[in-house]
Amino acid sequence: MNEGSEIPVFSAVLTATLLVGGAAITLIGSIGLLRLRSFYERVHAPTLGTTLGTACVALASMIYFSALARRPLLHELVILVFVTVTTPISLVILVRAAVFRDDYENERNSPRRAESEPR
Amino acid sequence: MSMILTWAITAAQMLLGLALACSAFRLVRGPRAQDRVVGFDSLYVNAMLLLLVFGIRSGTTLYFEAALMVALLGFVSTMALAKFLLRGEVIE
Repeated sequence: MNEGSEIPVFSAVLTATLLVGGAAITLIGSIGLLRLRSFYERVHAPTLGTTLGTACVALASMIYFSALARRPLLHELVILVFVTVTTPISLVILVRAAVFRDDYENERNSPRRAESEPR
Repeated sequence: MSMILTWAITAAQMLLGLALACSAFRLVRGPRAQDRVVGFDSLYVNAMLLLLVFGIRSGTTLYFEAALMVALLGFVSTMALAKFLLRGEVIE
């Protein structure tokens, strides 16, 4: 921390809250990736966690650098928009690939097979 | 005042490091290929967030560009891997 003492208290508290909250949300998503059982459950957790976590950390970064330079600096908006747009795309493509592979190998946990069979 | 921010940054770095470890575990031990790709996807986003937090810690906007590069290349490589899983080749 070299220049942290220069920014006002309100911005510092807001930055700290958003940083810890975003990091915690990301950690929850990654723990979900670790703990959930099947692939189709696992794929949701990091997607939700990283989108909200990225939003929080990018907001914290924007607030911090704006307070430091005393003018609005909105660089991190690029990362925020990019991650928000691309994460669902990679989710959809990955799940499509997984469904294709499960269908191909005719596995028991394939969602299409589960639909066609009686419960 | 600066104390709050220093502690928050350290806590955020530790939490993101733990998240990185969870993703790396899924990347190494994923039972199937798609689990590894999801782990990799989560890994690069966590690394990018760690870069952003490190940029706040050092007070320079230099790390923002590195984070942007990580986000772009990570998305492209996830797309390539998913395409490979779907079709068996990346460019058809």
